[in-house]
This record gives sequence, structure tokens and C-alpha cells, in this order.
Amino acid sequence: MSGPALSLRGLVLRFGGLLAVNDLTMEVPRGGIVGLIGPNGAGKTSVFNVVTGFYKPASGYVEFSPQEGPARKITGLPPHEICRAGLARTFQNIRLFGNATAVENVMAGAYVREKSRWWMNILPLFPSAMREEREIRESAAAMLERLGLEKYMDAAASSLPYGAQRRLEIARALSTKPSFLLLDEPAAGMNPQESAELLTFIRNLRDEFSLSILLIEHDMKVVMGVCEHIWVLDQGSLIANGKPDEIKKDPRVIEAYLGKEAANA
Amino acid sequence: MSAERGAKKVRNRFLTVLAIISFAVFLQQAPNLLDGYKIRIMNMIAINAILGLSLNLIYGMAGMFSLGHAGFMAVGAYVSALLILTPAQKTAMWILDPIAPWLLGVHAPFLISILAAGLAAAFFGWLISMPVLRLGGDYLGIATLGFSEILRILITNLTPITNGPLGLKGIPAHTNLRVSYGILLVTLFCTVRLMKSNFGNVIKAVRDDETAARTMGINTFQTRVLAFTIGCFGAGVGGALMGNIITTIDPRMFTINQTYNTLMIVVIGGLGSITGSVVGSVLVTVMLEWLRFVENPIMIGSTQLFLSGKPGMRMVIFSLLLIGVIIFRREGVMGMKEFSWDRLFSFFSRQRGDAA
Amino acid sequence: MNFSMFLQHFTNALGLGSMYGLIAIGYTMVYGILRLINFAHGDIFMLGAYFVFFATIQYKIPWALGLVIAVLGATACGLLVDRIAYRPLRDAPRISALISAIGVSFFIENASIVAFTGVPRNVIQPKLLMEPFALGTVRLIPLSLMVPVISFVLAAGLLWVIYRTKQGLAMRSISHDIETTRLMGVSVDKTIALTFAIGSALAAVAGIMWALRYPKVEPLMGMMPGFKAFIAAVFGGVGSVAGAMLGGLSLGFIEIMSVAFFPKLSGYRDAFAFVLLIVILLVKPTGLLGEKLEDKI
Repeated sequence: MSGPALSLRGLVLRFGGLLAVNDLTMEVPRGGIVGLIGPNGAGKTSVFNVVTGFYKPASGYVEFSPQEGPARKITGLPPHEICRAGLARTFQNIRLFGNATAVENVMAGAYVREKSRWWMNILPLFPSAMREEREIRESAAAMLERLGLEKYMDAAASSLPYGAQRRLEIARALSTKPSFLLLDEPAAGMNPQESAELLTFIRNLRDEFSLSILLIEHDMKVVMGVCEHIWVLDQGSLIANGKPDEIKKDPRVIEAYLGKEAANA
Repeated sequence: MSAERGAKKVRNRFLTVLAIISFAVFLQQAPNLLDGYKIRIMNMIAINAILGLSLNLIYGMAGMFSLGHAGFMAVGAYVSALLILTPAQKTAMWILDPIAPWLLGVHAPFLISILAAGLAAAFFGWLISMPVLRLGGDYLGIATLGFSEILRILITNLTPITNGPLGLKGIPAHTNLRVSYGILLVTLFCTVRLMKSNFGNVIKAVRDDETAARTMGINTFQTRVLAFTIGCFGAGVGGALMGNIITTIDPRMFTINQTYNTLMIVVIGGLGSITGSVVGSVLVTVMLEWLRFVENPIMIGSTQLFLSGKPGMRMVIFSLLLIGVIIFRREGVMGMKEFSWDRLFSFFSRQRGDAA
Repeated sequence: MNFSMFLQHFTNALGLGSMYGLIAIGYTMVYGILRLINFAHGDIFMLGAYFVFFATIQYKIPWALGLVIAVLGATACGLLVDRIAYRPLRDAPRISALISAIGVSFFIENASIVAFTGVPRNVIQPKLLMEPFALGTVRLIPLSLMVPVISFVLAAGLLWVIYRTKQGLAMRSISHDIETTRLMGVSVDKTIALTFAIGSALAAVAGIMWALRYPKVEPLMGMMPGFKAFIAAVFGGVGSVAGAMLGGLSLGFIEIMSVAFFPKLSGYRDAFAFVLLIVILLVKPTGLLGEKLEDKI
């Protein structure tokens, strides 16, 4: 019915003299699970940072189509506005609110959709605000339960085991009620069994929360297993894109990852 | 499970109300039980706790290292005093320069003046927060310190409004136990409610990871401005209460040392802990008073103890204490934890368990 | 204002500014390496002034020897501060070290009040430095020329150390990446100690010159010059020695000249530095010569 959920058009990003992203054009279809891969330093996280508003591109733009309403340019918006528009992300190096509890992390994520003002909850005078606070707490608890984190509810986020921290970060992102999720290396630090479970987990997320997902990942089993379409970056430039099977065989991709000899062999 | 939880909640609420009532009864009886000096210390504990809570909101909970508290206290103290003093007092006091005519007739009752003091301090806090809160960490500290000094220099020089370096005298001693602890109770209540609401989670989120908070849709700048402004309101109220107990204020009262004092309360009590600020205030206030004895000569037999009886000695001991706390127990007395009845009960039952 | 008056103000500003610059160097070097505002730095400056006062005026030690003793004494104090209050907190959150710094500053000030009493003491200026001489139509005393000359020579010497010696290289590399430098076999603690030593020695020299220029010493004399010098360091660009001198001179000129031209502002003199700080942080947070530090996402 409609165009892509997210499209990047001619994106250029420079750090001083260094060209981090070079004329990148790509898109993610609505409801799709799409991978963004490439060797270290290819500029993948930089792309995420442009999309979520932390870096301003030198030229080009990002266009986002929310669940409802027309597509809009989001380049130039501050990060919190981009989140409000419906994009949420996780971080490669897990950035939780470490001193807060798990449930507080998720609740803070829900704040962007909260209607009552900050002063309304000081005195119990606003029934609507009290109701909303209660709902936020309850749905945060439900979210933790959904992601299997209920036993960590009141534990400090930084004290959680590694895998649980990754899931908590996703729970927090989901509590902002996004229609688009960016996952930065969701399988990092997981053992083979955990990353195998991740495949179904990501698919279920997409279906349950009607998301479009763009993910960065180094674990090729995960990428090939879950992504419906893959874009490959090398040194800031797009070198290939296509279905997982096509990418696997693409000589340019093999060269970028393994060097020239491997590609010729 | 949930029934047990509900019962505990009722019990805790009951215990809290009971504790407040018994403390109120104690305060009611205090003038008969304690001498004026002790009552003054009790008052200072409450005022320091209010100041500590307000700085803790800014620094401990929202993570903004502010060294400007003294300046905002000064604003509060002056606004309150100028509203309370009578026209006759004012005309008699301004010797260097005549008082600004519009100021002469301005008058308000004590509690209104406290509110005005908080609002004025909050206004100045809001004013400076706009430019400086974009800065991180220690730059923010030095910028707020600078602003506090600017306020102090303004107060020293704007003689028609502030009576300049001579300060203000003869402020009625309105602050009594009922007032200081009443306001402390209100401050505590508001702080607890604020931090327990989802906005409290947001404040902590901004402190823990600003980048992540922005990604989660939080307008971190706005959140910080708000937390800073609320904290400055508290500083203004605390300063006003202090002026109304000491009855004399002048610009030299509000140097960086005043900020350090409050900072010690927050650090020793535990950054980010509401209970900690109250505990810290008790410890610091009592200790500072108690340490006065080292500034009197201490005689052992007929010889005077080395270094005793020297002015400045208590601050030496006190600063060593601060360094010691930060090196050996960085999290202070409470860490980030809060007092709760559940914790108290489980502590006692554990003690009993150990004994058995 | 006639020319000779202007020249008088000019030399005053030059003197004050170069002393700010000398103190600022200590702040900028320590901040560049540890990202720590060494609040105690202004107090080391004060100790330098007191040591020379005691050495030469109280105990009548010859000036030349007294200077050496004062500088060495203040340097030792600077090293001690680093060893006791900062080194245990190297791996702690930066804010803890900052609070420790405030505590140390507080301690030195109050310990000085205990040891030296809070009463200001007058410093007797050596005749040699006070004998006025004529330069064209302007009468100057040697002291007011000596202060900037010594400051610039020391700053130039320091730049040579930083850019031409092995120790200087170690300092620069620590400020870029402390962990990697450690792996390269550089003794990080020793290099940091050296930084503190240099900064403290320069602050002591500034303190001595300050005591001669405004002939008195008191325990809190380091507070205001300390804050102002830190602002000078920020203004010039934190981490840059040349920037610290530039910032110090700018601040000196702003303070002296604005009061010279607008005498009514004299009551606000101490506020200029802080206004300058807020302005520079808004307009160019990296300072005039500073480099940008970015956080990685």
C-alpha cells in the first residue's frame, strides 16, 4: 500500500577530512527485517547515529513513514523528537540507566508518550495523572514479563547478567511505542544457543509489535537467518544489497570481508 | 503475595504517620526540654536538610555538578529579608546610599516572603541554567560557581537595593522549630513524590546516560533545566530560613564556603539518596558544632593540648573528614539507598537470625 | 587619560595577566591530563608566597636562597596533594576526584589559618626592585617589568620541555590516551607527578611575585587568583600552555583596562572573569586555542 518505512537518500557524513558515510541510499520496507553489515569501521553505527539524530549529515536526508500519517524528513530533528516520531534503537555497547532498576528503565522509556505533566504527581489531586502513572508501571511490568525479565524487576540495571541487559535495552526501546526499531549488534556476546533463539525472538517482536527492523550484526548466522534483505557497507560506501543468498555469493562482499585472494579463490 | 504486600503497605504508612506525629510532639515539647543553643542547632539541622535536599536533587539525582548554591541562597535570604523589614527599619539601615524608593514600602508576611524567596532564586537559577546547562560535568561546576560569585558581587555593589557590604540587620527571628520542620516536611514530601513519579525515573535516566535518555525520547535539556530550577527554589527557601534565624545577613555569608558546606552534607549523606541528605545534615550540623571545642584551648593538666584553641581547626578536621569520606567511602552513609520500614525490619530480623 | 597613564595601566595589566597565565598553566596541564580541576592549585600559589615570606622576612635567609626554598616547598606540597588526595581516585568517577580537590583546597586554606593565623602580613619589598627609573616620560619600577619577563621566560621554557623532551612527549601522549601510554611502558604516575611538580613550581613563582607586587600575604589570597586563573585556562583553551598564557593576559588586560577606563566599575572587577567564563563557554567552549573533546556514542 505504501512506500518504505525508512529511506536514506544520498547520505554523506564527514568527520573532519574523513568520509565516514559516502552517498548512501538505502531503504527498509514496512514490516521488514533488514540487515546492515560490513567489516569493522565500515560506518554502520555512524548510519544509525545519523538516523537517530546524533550526527548531522553533510548532505542527503532520512525520510521516515510512521504507522499513520505521511512520510516526513527526520534529518535535523533532535534525537528525542525522532524517538517521538516512532524510531527507537539499542546500542552496540549497551547503554542502560545503570543505577535505576529494570522497571524504572522501562518506565523512563514510556515517558515520551506520557500525557500528564511532571507536577501533577506531587499531590494526589489529578486522578487522570495517577491512573496514567499506574498504567505505565503496569505495562512496564508486563513488558518485562514479555521479555522474560520479571525476576529482575527491582534489580539495578547494571547488576543484570549480560544477556538480560541486552533484552532490557530492547524492552526499554519498545516501551517508547516505536514503529521502527534499530538494533545495533543484538547478538554481540551471546553463545550459539542464545543467538539461535534470537532469530525467533526478533521475528516475534516484529509480528507482535508490528515493527520494521533494521539491524547491524557481525554474526553471519543471525544475519542470514533473520534478515529478509541485506545492505553491505565498506568504508562508508554501499557495495552490495540483496537477499541473503545473493549476498553470500557476492564476490565484492567476500572481498570486503576476507581480502582479494579469498574472493578470487 | 499481593495481600501480604498490601498489608505491609498499610503497616508502613501507619508507622510513618506515627513517626511524624511523635516527632511533632517532641518538637512541641522541645522548648521546655532543650536550651536555646540546642534549639538553634535543631533549626539549623532542618535548614541544612532543606539545602541538602535541594542540592541533592540537582547533583545527586539529576547529575549536574553545581557549585552555585550559595548564590541562590543569598538571593532567597535577601528577598525574604527585604520583604519582612519595615519601612522604618529600612530607612534607618541604609547609610551609604538611600534605599530605592520602590523598595521602601514593599512588605509581605513571613511565609509569603519565604515563597517569594524560593521563586526569586528559582528565577535566577532558570536564567543561568539556559546558557550553562549545555555544559557537562566540571565546567558546569565552575560556571555555576562563577554565577554565584557574580550574584554576590552584585549584592555587594547594588547598595540602593541590598545595603551593599553592610548587609541587613534586625530581621525578626521568625524561623522556629515549627516553621523549619514544617517546611522540611513539605520539602521531603515533594521530593519523595517527585522522585517516585515517572518524572523521577526520567531525571535519573538523564543522570545515568544522557545519550540513551535522548534516544528514548527524553528532552534532556528541558529535564535538566527543570531539575536545576526546582533545586534553586529549595536553595532560596533555605537561604531565607537561615536569614530569619541568624537575623543578620551580609554578602560575606554567601561565599563558596557556604556551598561547600551543603556539598559536604550531600556527599557524606550519599549522593542521590533523600534519606542521605537528612542524615548528612544531622551529622554535619552536629559535628560542626561539636568540633567547636577544638577551637577552645584544651588543657591536659596545666599544659595546653597541641594545636587546640586555634581558630580554623574545626574546618581543618572537617575538610580531612571530607577527603577521607571521598577516598574510603565514596558512596557516603546511605549510598543511593533510601530508608524504608521493610529494610529496617529485615535488618532487625537478620540480626535476630544471626543471634539465634 | 594621557599616554604615560595608559602605559602605567598597560604594565600593570601585563604584570597581572602574566601572573594569571603562570597559575593557569598548572590548571591547564593537570586538566589536560587528568580532566581534573585542581582546586588546590590556588592554595599552592598561596603557600609559595607564605614560604618566601617566612624564609626571607621571618628567618632572614638571603633572598636568592629563600626563593629556592619557597619554590621547592610549594612543589613538594603540590606533589603531596597529588599523592594523597588524587592518586587513590584515579579510577574513581571524575566527580569524586573533584570533590577531593575541593576538600584539599579547603584543608590547605584552613590549615594555613591555623598555622599562619588569618591576619594578613606585610611583605617587605627589596629596595633593588622598587627603585623607580624613567623610561621616556614614564616612571617604572623594575618589579613591574620583571614579572612579565620572568613569566614569559618560564612559559617558553615549559613549551620547550613539552615539545622537545622525552618527558614532554610522555605528558602529551598521556593527555591523548592514558591507557595506551601505560601500555607503551611509560610510568604514568611519575609523569603525572612531574606535571604536578611543574605546575606547582610555576604557581609558587607566581605567588612570590604576587606577594612582592601587592606586598602582603594571607591564607585566602590564593582563592580568587586561583578561580580567575582557571577561567583564564578555559578562555585560552584547556590543555594548551600557550592558551593559558594568552588567557591570563587577556583577563589581566580586561580587568585593569575596564576599571581604568570606567572607574565606576571597580566594585565589579571580580565579576568580569566570571562573566567572561560564561560568555566563552557559550560562544566557544573549547577556548581560543583548545581542541575539541568528543564523546563516543
